[in-house]
Amino acid sequence: MRFSPAQRRYNRRVILLALIYVTLLFPAVYLLDRHLVSGPVAYIVGILPAFPVIGFFVAIGACLVEETDEYQRMLLVRQSLIATGVAMTGATMWGFLEGFELLPHLVGYAWPILWFAGLGVGGCINKLIERREA
Amino acid sequence: MNNHLRALRADRGWSQQHLGDLLEVSRQSVNAIETGRYDPSLPLAFKIAELFDLAIEDVFTSPSKEQ
Repeated sequence: MRFSPAQRRYNRRVILLALIYVTLLFPAVYLLDRHLVSGPVAYIVGILPAFPVIGFFVAIGACLVEETDEYQRMLLVRQSLIATGVAMTGATMWGFLEGFELLPHLVGYAWPILWFAGLGVGGCINKLIERREA
Repeated sequence: MNNHLRALRADRGWSQQHLGDLLEVSRQSVNAIETGRYDPSLPLAFKIAELFDLAIEDVFTSPSKEQ
């Protein structure tokens, strides 16, 4: 499968962001779990791993803007909409059950993780539609 | 939207990949248009028609005339 220039840039960005994420996450977990930092520094150390995750969303947005192949762009839009549906459905259902104290509290960053899993679901649905109608 | 893209491409002996390269889109895009799974935008429809030196309605069938 050939990647478009926009997809190649997206892949490079995601790999770079993943490396930055790992580089920032492990020191943050180490420092904060052992209470080695406190005050404003703790907030800064704690928020740093969030930025590469935010960067993943920016990378997807940049890919949508830069993709010149309109069909590929449509596939990515559909994939992102499915991911959004999966994440919002999960957050809504868990939120209600948690509110009724039927489920434990779940940290907020679980929903971006579910969104990325939803991207995988969207990719599979795109493939299924392509095969069914080819 | 029905179209004659597959026949036009076959007449010239072009592969989907080659047509995609000429149109600056992916092979998957050409396949999706040929099979009617994706209706191209007006600019891309014009580009396709101009590549074959035809009018748009010679490549694509108007949905109102398909029945």
